[in-house]
Amino acid sequence: MTGEPLLRVQGLQAWYGRAHILAGVDLAVGRGEVLALVGRNGAGKSTTMKAVMGLLDARAGSVTFEGRDVSALPPHRIARLGIGYVPEDRRVFTELTVEENLEVGRQPPRPGAPHWTPEKLYALFPNLAEMRGRRGGRMSGGEQQMLTLARTLMGNPSLLLLDEPSEGLAPRIVQQMAEALRALKAEGLSILLSEQNLAFAGAVADRASVIEKGVIRFDGPMQALMKEESIRRAYLAV
Amino acid sequence: MSFYLVQFLSGLATAATLFLVSSGLTIVFGVTRIVNFAHGSFYMLGAYIGWSLAERIGSTPLGFWGGVLAAALAAGVLGAVMEVLLLRRLYRSPELFQLLATFGVVLVVQDVASWIWGPEDLLGRRAPGLRGSVEILDQVFPLYDLVLIALGPLVLAGLWLMFHRTRWGTLIRAATQDREMTAALGVEPGRLFTGVLFLGSALAGLGGALQVPREAINLGMDMGIVVEAFVVVVVGGMGSLMGAFVASLLIGQLQAFGILVFPEITLVLVFLFMAVVLVLRPYGLLGRAEEAPPTAASPGPPLSASTGIAAWAPLLLLALLALVPLFAGEYALIVLTELVILALFAASLHLLIGLGGLVSFGHAAYFGLGAYGAALLATSWAAPMPLALAGAPLLGGLGALIAGWFCVRRSGLYFAMLTLAFAQIAWSVTFQWYGVTGGDNGILGVWPDPWASGKTAFYLLTLGLCGGALFLLRRVAFAPFGYALRAGRDSPLRAEAVGIDVRRTQWFAFTLAGSAAGLAGGLYAFSKGSVFPTLMSVPTSVDALVMVLMGGVQTLAGPVVGAALFHLLRTEIMSLTDLWRLILGLVIIGLVLAFPKGVVGFARDLVQRGRAA
Amino acid sequence: MKRLEVSGLERSFGGVKAVRGVSFGLDAGELLALIGPNGAGKTTCFNLLNGQLRADAGSVRLDGTELVGLPPRRVWRLGVGRTFQITATFPTMTVAENVQTVLLSCRRRLSGLWRPAASFFREEAVALLDRVGMGAQADRPCGVLAYGDLKRVELAMALASDPKLLLMDEPTAGMAPNERLELMALTASLVRERGLAVLFTEHDMDVVFGHATRILVLDRGQVIAEGPPDAVRADPRVQAVYLGSAA
Repeated sequence: MTGEPLLRVQGLQAWYGRAHILAGVDLAVGRGEVLALVGRNGAGKSTTMKAVMGLLDARAGSVTFEGRDVSALPPHRIARLGIGYVPEDRRVFTELTVEENLEVGRQPPRPGAPHWTPEKLYALFPNLAEMRGRRGGRMSGGEQQMLTLARTLMGNPSLLLLDEPSEGLAPRIVQQMAEALRALKAEGLSILLSEQNLAFAGAVADRASVIEKGVIRFDGPMQALMKEESIRRAYLAV
Repeated sequence: MSFYLVQFLSGLATAATLFLVSSGLTIVFGVTRIVNFAHGSFYMLGAYIGWSLAERIGSTPLGFWGGVLAAALAAGVLGAVMEVLLLRRLYRSPELFQLLATFGVVLVVQDVASWIWGPEDLLGRRAPGLRGSVEILDQVFPLYDLVLIALGPLVLAGLWLMFHRTRWGTLIRAATQDREMTAALGVEPGRLFTGVLFLGSALAGLGGALQVPREAINLGMDMGIVVEAFVVVVVGGMGSLMGAFVASLLIGQLQAFGILVFPEITLVLVFLFMAVVLVLRPYGLLGRAEEAPPTAASPGPPLSASTGIAAWAPLLLLALLALVPLFAGEYALIVLTELVILALFAASLHLLIGLGGLVSFGHAAYFGLGAYGAALLATSWAAPMPLALAGAPLLGGLGALIAGWFCVRRSGLYFAMLTLAFAQIAWSVTFQWYGVTGGDNGILGVWPDPWASGKTAFYLLTLGLCGGALFLLRRVAFAPFGYALRAGRDSPLRAEAVGIDVRRTQWFAFTLAGSAAGLAGGLYAFSKGSVFPTLMSVPTSVDALVMVLMGGVQTLAGPVVGAALFHLLRTEIMSLTDLWRLILGLVIIGLVLAFPKGVVGFARDLVQRGRAA
Repeated sequence: MKRLEVSGLERSFGGVKAVRGVSFGLDAGELLALIGPNGAGKTTCFNLLNGQLRADAGSVRLDGTELVGLPPRRVWRLGVGRTFQITATFPTMTVAENVQTVLLSCRRRLSGLWRPAASFFREEAVALLDRVGMGAQADRPCGVLAYGDLKRVELAMALASDPKLLLMDEPTAGMAPNERLELMALTASLVRERGLAVLFTEHDMDVVFGHATRILVLDRGQVIAEGPPDAVRADPRVQAVYLGSAA
């Protein structure tokens, strides 16, 4: 990784009520890089994503995106700078159709980031093309996962925050998801991906940061993590 | 047969107006999660502006309808201004403050409208070209109402197209479902909210302007319509447009046919319908469960029993107050008597809000029930005063026992709406049940027995009874029951997990608060010598809320101090100017924006900060 | 007869089976950890045990008494205490008042309207607080405590009803690492001293393997392994669940 990373997080802390969830997270995502944030449930992965996106009130520390401090901005400003957030629980607009869900995500094209149209997204996710008029509430979990990703892409982000995209999906869908992410990476998107499924992370990520109890315990190439059994055992396995 | 058809049509005409207004209310609630009391004010402003325009340019169809549209747009602009100046600062406040702030706007608008258009009813011009009636099977029906009937579905269709065929509408629907996610996709919430307030207020204004040819325009239109619109929105499901449409139709028909069967209690029917719907379908006919229930008032520091000299302060105050007649004149005693009564009224509401976290918007019902109970016993039954006064807390408590059973089933905003609905039931019974309550004329000649008829004697009696009741309420706050009530407010989850029946505790507190308010009401009736339906009206409930808020929710002394401040301020200002409502409205808005903890809470924070420094 | 006997527990949400046929037993003096990946059904299981959710099928017996179908209040009275993942205390009351409220509830004295609550069971409350190391802070408001201290208060509140079974949902979530081990050491000593049975969920594996006497692993609503820590750690199915399968 050379030069200033696209996203740099330093000393990020966050609380839920009085519970201290993040105790100083440091990580960086380079341009065009896929970073996997791995850790057990409860380790602080989702909280990191939400804190970066400005969705938590109680946070401290610095978040810079394209060299600019975004840690005090509201979520819609952060989104408009080019960070796309795909939440763990998907949060598809169930009353809206597939097309309308995409429309909510639409933002003007952004220089330096791939430009998406519904047609391009339907090509990437053929399932969605077949159900443009279907309401979000009447889709399966896998279809909803594709839709929430496509919806975020409509904002033409340069960085994607993907919270546990493989969770609860059938193996076939997980595979499709991995292919889609590799295609996005090929388009030049940078991705911060949180995962519990190490195999899935290994299939798409360049680098990995291991989070445990709200701090980063390991940071290095994905292959190194796959080789380091001691780290996997300490922070990921039982 | 034809008679029923015409009745049905007039129900549809009522429904059309109801739908116009309630659609705006439900859209605003869906996106901002604020229940906007001022919605009725935009309806009233639409009517007044529509009246002025109709007088000037309404002689031709084009001028008339142009005026209606312009009035709607003007109401919309005012709604947007309110969003930018006021609501924007309150999205994260507890619902009590949001409701109160919008009610402050109601008061301001009432005095401004009275100042511009005068207090008299205004009769508007009939719509050009639609003055006549049509004959429907041998019965006559106004032509204009037929146009209204057509307008309801037309507006529904227009709104549907806007919500489903435009980007803005799609964003509104998305935000109604999940505000946070919509913002995370780059949609600026602020602009969306301003736009929604414009649309909602314009719909209210349109509904108002359309009334010009139908009914007299007056300063009471705002509360009348907004309470009905609340009912429609709650019955239909808060935030649901189709729900508002269906509920409008049902309630329009309920009113049209209810008047045939129960002419005396049509209003009661509507509110009973709402209560039944809410118990059977908690989120309304077409509503969905809330993902995140609205927040209760933010909890403060623990209540601490005062020690040392401070512990004797209430008794000292009582002794001082008992000595006042030695040197004060009659006028001062009258003011002081009212003040002591209001202190009990406010303290009884504080039991619910401060200890239980239950924001009641209809506490005046129990005050009024006590007042009417005492008045009826004293006049119709010729009961001696002690008996009449004993009846007051019993009737207040009984009313609260019945209403409370329904109300405590829901929390937050729905609780507030339910209490409001029951207060409106009580109000409409006294208003419409002419034979017993005298309706609008009230009950006169409620005077104390001879032994208590002197100002000093009645003052001392009031002081004794209210002082005793206040002391009781204070004991309750520190007794195990007070702990159970606070536990249910602080954490219902934990309270249930340690065996506390939260709902029952709240039900009992509601009843207790109702009887204390009833006693205050009974004394009030005798102090004034008369009772009127306004004692139970929404503004009276809000007066009590303002007293509690002024004094601070988190201290037991708060409501007493708040009642004193409020009453002296009102007495003082009313002697200087007619614009009491305007000033009260601005005070409420100012209080909500500046001191979310109330005056006493604010002062105590200052003291604590001083000590810490 | 075991202290707690769970058999064939089932619960679905809108057609999705969150818990399917879970059975296990728990004896007094045991600390049983319930672990598993996100969405495995741990929280659902917990809520089924204390009555917050109603089971579709199966039975939960505490010393032989059936708990399924009872509301949380009744389950608590029968001797099932609980702590929450995000602490739930009464923030506007003092620490002692929190515990006193539980004691008042336990002895059915909460409807009292006259005598000040502060005069009830004060010594008992302070003694319990001393046991969890919070005696010195008895008169501080709960709302200003550090998170780790709140967890201790919650433990004291759970103990106040003298439960036979204690359910702890992520007892150490949100605490500093050294506080976590302290709290679990305290819990373990209480288990020995009072003959408690404890069932807890936890994502901190140091806590799980350091303190649990037995471990139960859930995946997709089913028990896939059960046994002493070492056996569970070596179980290949458990490893597969935690490290994921190839995409």
